[in-house]
Amino acid sequence: MRTLRFLLQKEFRQIFRDPSILRIIFVMPMIQLLILPWAADYEVKDINLAVVDHDHSDYSRQLVSKITASGYFRLQDYTASYQSALHEIEKDNADLILEIPASFEKHLVKEDKATLFLAVNAINGTKANLGGSYLKSIIQDYNSEVRTEWIQFPRFSPETQIEVTSSNWFNPLMNYKYFMVPGILVILVTMVGSFLAALNIVKEKEIGTIEQINVTPVKKYQFILGKLIPFWVLGLLILSIGLLISRVAYGIVPAGSFLTIYVFATVYLLAVLGLGLLVSTFTSTQQQAMLISFFMMMVFILLGGLYTSIDSMPEWAQVITKINPVSYFIDVMRMVILKGSSLGDIKYHILTVLGFAVFFNGWAVISYRKRS
Amino acid sequence: MNKDKVITAEALTKRFGSFTAVNGISFDVHKGEIFGFLGANGAGKTTAMRMLSGLSMPTSGKATVAGYDVYKENEKIKQNIGYMSQKFSLYEDLTVKENIRFYAGIYGMTNQFIKEKTGFILQHLHMEKEGDKLVRSLPLGWKQKLAFSVAIFHDPQIVFLDEPTGGVDPVTRREFWNMIYQAAENGITVFVTTHYMDEAEYCHRVSIMVDGRIDALDTPKELKRTFNASSMDEVFLKLARKATRVAD
Repeated sequence: MRTLRFLLQKEFRQIFRDPSILRIIFVMPMIQLLILPWAADYEVKDINLAVVDHDHSDYSRQLVSKITASGYFRLQDYTASYQSALHEIEKDNADLILEIPASFEKHLVKEDKATLFLAVNAINGTKANLGGSYLKSIIQDYNSEVRTEWIQFPRFSPETQIEVTSSNWFNPLMNYKYFMVPGILVILVTMVGSFLAALNIVKEKEIGTIEQINVTPVKKYQFILGKLIPFWVLGLLILSIGLLISRVAYGIVPAGSFLTIYVFATVYLLAVLGLGLLVSTFTSTQQQAMLISFFMMMVFILLGGLYTSIDSMPEWAQVITKINPVSYFIDVMRMVILKGSSLGDIKYHILTVLGFAVFFNGWAVISYRKRS
Repeated sequence: MNKDKVITAEALTKRFGSFTAVNGISFDVHKGEIFGFLGANGAGKTTAMRMLSGLSMPTSGKATVAGYDVYKENEKIKQNIGYMSQKFSLYEDLTVKENIRFYAGIYGMTNQFIKEKTGFILQHLHMEKEGDKLVRSLPLGWKQKLAFSVAIFHDPQIVFLDEPTGGVDPVTRREFWNMIYQAAENGITVFVTTHYMDEAEYCHRVSIMVDGRIDALDTPKELKRTFNASSMDEVFLKLARKATRVAD
């Protein structure tokens, strides 16, 4: 116990004496939580639209003004030639072309039917997809407006219309920040928990002090605890700072209890610390540890459900998310913060992550040797 | 076993794959002795020392340190030895006092003892004013002397020094050797590797390793007589020229 106290004292002294670690602890969460949620915006706005109007009729103008009035589109070009509109797309000035054929109005009035052409610049997939569907729904809306204008007695309308209204549970305003901020916080905690710990141990290997420790009677478990505990504390500290920032900056108050979050985080940090420890036993330079950590972080983020929904991933990718500890924490954070889930609801998550903790730490302890 | 012998090695061998770093070395080191371990780069000195201090598992052979078996009782050995590696091993981002306190603490020294002895050591090293300075800011020679003091802080039976004076100026080297003599007088056995042949002359007995084997082991005086040489330098050159192994 006394030995452990000396190890911890030394570790905390070094951590709080290192300005780069202090920066990571206090500045990184602020920057990430204050800037990233604004950038990681799912809503697509300001879609640049080029309209090719061969008709120049009242109806075509009505349609165009309805589209621009929606606020999602910016009329970039209004021309009479498809070629010139395509040119705008090539120059990346336009994302969508709406082509209104000649005699659009005539067909609409006389034949009750008209065709529009929509060309989408699919280089930016999300923008093209969403822009296309926004535009379609606006045109549809316009379509029904035109129809009601003509049908004199709507009550006897032969057309049946099904209108769908939806209500968003747990996040009524669909504020994506409620959704992103907890996820980004998870990434932060993970980075501190695993990679700072890994780098710290590898640094001791690099400068040779680990050998000096190995030649003392310090026991393996004492050394490992001496390394785990400080970063465990730091992880919880960052989590607290992050929760405070989300409260102050975004007004996010967990619907569930803080206790649930902290209980899970406590177990979760054990798992990622174990992973960090494992990385450190298999690398001998900080550079190697850094590269491995970077690679793992990419996998963690992209296969963790932070930006993309796990449910829409292919089958095999979903299997990978099952062995990604980050995906569990992101899930738990969203469940607790948005839905108000309690410990009972996340017991499956806790048990799984506890399993990870035992597995990673066990492996790390076995492969860490005082003697080569 | 003779009580006087604090280190015994018998056909001690270490192989890394097909490469035999240490090839069946046998020797004894007596209590209070300054035992010099010489050899060219890559001769196997550090590997031999690492096996004795419990950092490296021998492939075959027998060895005891402070009466404990290197295979089974290596953790007991560690309580009884001090070790100063080739790489500088104090924490540069801790102060002098913090380093002493940390290492003494993990050897289980009491706070009272640490406090008293720290004062004594700093006084002895003429470093009273530097006690609260970061080790990073000290000159190399001072760091090495401090590292040695830390390595023997817990009064080990044996201290292993791996090229302790590498890159240190001649004056500081002299002072360093005075510290070694003092430790030996206090009953600490000193096991030291070095490249400096003048330092070999200071040792009570010297062994010279060539290609993983011990080719000569005696007092400096006897070695010079056997090899008909006027200095240890000459003895070393005569032996080291036989080496076929490429230095690392």
